[in-house]
This record gives sequence, structure tokens and C-alpha cells, in this order.
Amino acid sequence: MSKITTRIDDNRADDIGPGLVEERLVLWYFLAALAYLFISLSGGFLMALQLVQWNPITGSEYFSPGRWRMVHTNAIAYGFLANSFLGALHWAIPRLTLKPVLSRPLSYFIFAAWQVVVVSTAVGILMGQAQGIEWGETPVWIDPLALVGLALVAANFMAPIVRTKGPLYVSLWYFMAAFVWTFLTYAMGNFMPQYFVPGTSAGAIAGLFIHDLVGLFVTPLAWGLMYYFVPILLKKPIWSHGLSLVGFWGLAFFYPLNGIHHFLYTPIPDFLEYGAIVSTIAVEFVVTTVIINFFGTIWGSGRAIVTNLPIRWFYTGMVLYFITCAQCAMQVTHTFQKLIHFSDWVVGHAHLVMFGVFSMWFFGMMTYLFPRLLKQPWYSRNLCEWHFWLSLAGIFVMFIDLTLAGVFQGFYWGSLQPWEASVEGSYPFWITRLFAGLAIIAGQLVFIYNLWQTWRLSHRPVGSYSAAAIA
Amino acid sequence: MFESKSGILLIGGLGFFLFAFLSNALVPILLYRHLPEKTIEELAENQNLIYQFEDLRVRYPEQFEKYYGEPTQENLAAALELGREVYTAEGCWHCHSQFVRPVSNESVRWGKVASSDEYQNVLQRPVMWGTRRVGPDLSREGGRRGNDWQALHFYDPPMLSPSSPMPRYTWFFDENDPAKPNRRGLAIITYVQWLGSWLEQYPLYERFIPLEEQMQNPLE
Repeated sequence: MSKITTRIDDNRADDIGPGLVEERLVLWYFLAALAYLFISLSGGFLMALQLVQWNPITGSEYFSPGRWRMVHTNAIAYGFLANSFLGALHWAIPRLTLKPVLSRPLSYFIFAAWQVVVVSTAVGILMGQAQGIEWGETPVWIDPLALVGLALVAANFMAPIVRTKGPLYVSLWYFMAAFVWTFLTYAMGNFMPQYFVPGTSAGAIAGLFIHDLVGLFVTPLAWGLMYYFVPILLKKPIWSHGLSLVGFWGLAFFYPLNGIHHFLYTPIPDFLEYGAIVSTIAVEFVVTTVIINFFGTIWGSGRAIVTNLPIRWFYTGMVLYFITCAQCAMQVTHTFQKLIHFSDWVVGHAHLVMFGVFSMWFFGMMTYLFPRLLKQPWYSRNLCEWHFWLSLAGIFVMFIDLTLAGVFQGFYWGSLQPWEASVEGSYPFWITRLFAGLAIIAGQLVFIYNLWQTWRLSHRPVGSYSAAAIA
Repeated sequence: MFESKSGILLIGGLGFFLFAFLSNALVPILLYRHLPEKTIEELAENQNLIYQFEDLRVRYPEQFEKYYGEPTQENLAAALELGREVYTAEGCWHCHSQFVRPVSNESVRWGKVASSDEYQNVLQRPVMWGTRRVGPDLSREGGRRGNDWQALHFYDPPMLSPSSPMPRYTWFFDENDPAKPNRRGLAIITYVQWLGSWLEQYPLYERFIPLEEQMQNPLE
């Protein structure tokens, strides 16, 4: 077994005082996140079956693949990613600031409230109350509650940051900005196109929302956590502080300007489309500096990628992130859009970034943190390896497959073949995607089994072999 | 400034977000502020749509009577509104787009390239452009096929289009009978027939050439 999964946390947080980190809450958030992950995987599985006409459940509106498709994305964004973020932030922010969050009861209240928000979203969508905004299908009556929840989250975590004296670490820049952005993004995307503006203007705002949700909520929080966990695991500082600054401010300036690139060739005026295209390409240069910074950090410790599982998850995610962004710089141009917009190419891109990057980072954090939360090394390092390789193989095959499918679909459509030709031509790709998805699901089942066994070990009576082994 | 709390919160958090909002959202809002937003009643005055709604009553008299009574414009407006709700709730917009691009031969396949005025109405709140096409674009679908075709297609898509991956929407029908569309079924058909009803070319039939014919050697 690797050093990192067997050694129990040696950082000084526990010495500062009891109650600095509410570890139980971190654990709860991660478990909730995993529960939603499986709901999301089921939705994806159902939709994949439907696409190849193998869906066995028809005739019930509560199992409609169309509705489950929305549960699929919302459960990932608000169930899996948001809960994982909250858990990881509860771990990282008190350590970075050496101060507890604003209020412990408030933390528990937020936990409960957020689960209510996520479950109501899923139930609302299944009952047929979805709102017509991509990534924001949350029924309209939940939107204000979610917004209050986001404000409470920001208050709870900003308190220790505000009270910290002296220079702030990079991670905290990202977290602070993300709290502001997430709140503003959610308010803009869920209310403006619904109540204030129709048509083309609403489309521009919906584009901003789709993109800001990834770019201003998920991305900054996730990179902030990378800036926190990578140096701790590698036991050396981030390579270049200057590049960290470039990365943060580059993201802050260019990312919010990208949104309209989701709706190219729509009636949105061309000059706005070009603005979004240019700033998207600019983002990719910024991303390159961040990637260089992280590879500069691991330079000389490359072996950690083999021996240290969390580091392997993180750096695999970063390579995939670079691929996603390089792809984005190309596909955002009008030239590519002609061919690949509306096709499975985009679906492959979305899966690569949401699963291949951000979910992988969380699996890394969970692989690192569960042994510390449970005070028990992983039941099986081998199963951790299976989790990694099944997930990587699944997402890699799915990405290549869907990207290719997109190119084929684009040519079928452009050459004015009957629509059915594009569907029939997609079947081989959709079948491959189904099995790639099954590999991903299998990987997560392995992870859950491993976690379950680890949990059982952690609850064995004190004095047993494993307790002696840790000590 | 670049590492201070106020700099990050005010410049990065608020400032850059607002800059993006002003340049990317407020600009189109101002550009289109004089374009009137059509109400649902105005949309229900469309003759093409009224024809389709009356056609629904002729085809499904009992069901129509039961759920909508008379084909008045008021009831048409109600059906349109419900149809849009169903379209959103079922996630139709995740597999069908509602705009025709000026590229990729789309105007040959579907007709006029999309323009802003088409979306300036309450049924486009939020706008239903969509980002994926598993099935074809629907913004010129209205009038292209009859109401009975639409009903049967909602009931069991592969029946009419064998390779279709579209799910069955049996809950749009009473007693699991494709000849008995219920309130939601009649509404979604009305909504689909509305799409493109504002165009001069309505219906616009697809230039369809079977694959076998396309593949044939013209010299033979």
C-alpha cells in the first residue's frame, strides 16, 4: 500500500483546537455526494439505453428518459459536485485560515437545507416541473430557496476568511471569488430569462448561465482545492506564485465573457459571438499557464503519479482538463461550429469536463480524505486502482466515441441525408457509449464497495489488528 | 490589490462579472428593447394555428370536447401555454433545437434562417433554442405533418420512424389509446403546430429523397 493511504493525517489542524474542522460534516457531505452520483449515473444509463432503443421501462412518466436526462445533469451539478465542494471546503478553509467557520449549527442547517434543495429539484423534475434553462432545470419555486442557501454558504465560509490577517493563499482567492460568482450566476440565470427578458436576449443570458455555472462555480472552487491539496500531498510549494496570479486573474477576467459561445449562429448579433469566441480562446492561454504551474510543481516528483493515488487522480484530471480546453479553443470557432454544434461532440466535451476533470478530482480528494475521516486505511488498494482505471477507461472511450460520433453526425446533417441516416449512423457510437458508461458505473460500484468495507473495518472494536496497525 | 480581499471580491468577484453582464447580456437587451414581445393572445390569432386547433377538434371530437370544449382563441391560448409547459417539463428541448442556422445547409432542410423577431414572445420565456439535436430542429415543424401523425408519433415514435430513439409519451393519451390524446396530448400537438406558424411558408415540406434513390448511379 502506498504511503499516503496508510499514513493518518499528520497536519497540525487538530493541534490548533478541537472543533476547527467539523470532520463528521465532511464525511456526511461526501456520502451525500456519492448518493447523488449514483442517481445521476442511473439517469445517464437510462438515457443511453433509450438512445439505442433498449430502454425496458416505457409507459411511466416518472421514468421518462427525457426527465431523467435533466436529473442526470442536475444531480451531478447540485448533488454530486456541490456536496463534494461543501465537504472539501469544510476541510480546507478552516485549515487555510486556522479559524472555524462562522457557526457550527449553521453548517448543519446548510447541510440539511441543501439536501432538501437537491432532493426537491430531482423530485420536481420527475414530477414535470422543470424550468426551461439548461443546467438550471430546478423548478422555479426552488430557485429562491437555493439562492438563500448559496448566500448562507458564502456567509459561513467568508467569516473565517475575512477574519484572517496577512496575505491570503491562492486557494482562498478562488474560493472568495467563487462565492460571489456562484450567487450572482445563479440569480442571473434562473430569474432573468424566466421573468424579465424574452427571446434573443434571454438566449444570451442562458448562454452566460450555462457557461458561468461551469466557469465561475465549479472551475474556481475545483482549482482552489487543487492549489490546496497538490502542495500538501507533494510536500512542496506551488512552482510559481506569479503564474498563480496570472491563472486567477486571467480566469476572473476572461471566463465570464465566454457564455455566448454556446449559441453561435443564433440570432444573437455576430459582434457578441465574436467577443465570446475571442475571450474563450484567451481562456485557453490562461489555462495553459495554470497547467504549466502545476506540472512545474510536480517536476522532480513524477513518481508520485504512480505511488500516490490522489495525486494520480488530480494530474490525470489536469491532463484531461488541458485536452478539454485545447478542444474548446478549436470548437468555439465558427469553422468547427458549422460541423459539430448540436452533435454528440459537445456531449463528449461535457462529459470529459464534468466527469473526466472535476469528478476525478473529487475521487482523488475522497481517496485522500476518507481514510482520514474514518481513521482507517483503505480496505483495499487494489480496489482503489480498479476505481481509477475503470473510470479512466470509461471516460476515455466515451470521449473518443462521442467526439467521433459528432463528426459523423455533422456530416450526415450537412450533406442533407434524410434525418434517419444520422440516427442510424449514430447507433454504433451510442452502443459503444453505453458500454463506456457501464465501465464508469462499475468503477464507482467498486469504490462504494471499498468504502463500505473500509467503514466496517473502522467500526471494529478497538484493540483489533487494524487499530494496532495504524498506531 | 491583486492579492487583497477587497481586490479579489470587488474587482474579480463583482467587477468582472458585472463587466461581462453589461457587455454580453445588457447589450442584446438594449438592442432588442424596441422589438415588441407578443402575448399569448396575439399568438393565438394566427390563422394557421387556428386551423390546426380546429382540425384537432374534427379528428378527436370527444377528447377535444372533454378537455377544451370549443376551439375558441381563449382555449387555443390555454392549450399553447400548457403545450409549452409540457415541452419544457419533458425535456423535449434537450433533443430538439428551435433555431435554423445559416450554415450546414440548414435553410435547405428546414427553411428560413432564424431571426430575433421570431423569439420575441412569451412562449420563449425562457427561450427554447436548445443545444443538441438528436431529433431534427422543430422551429419549422408546424404544418409539416398532420395532427394524427403527431399523435401517433408521440404515442410510439418507432411506429412511424423505425430507427427513432425518441421515447414513447403514452401519458399524453387516455386509456393508453393513440386515438385519445388527453389535455396534455392535445396541448403538445398544438404547441408543435405553432412552431413556424408565423412564417409565410407554412407548411414547408422537407425535400426528402430516400437513401436508396440517392445512392443510385444516374448512368444506370
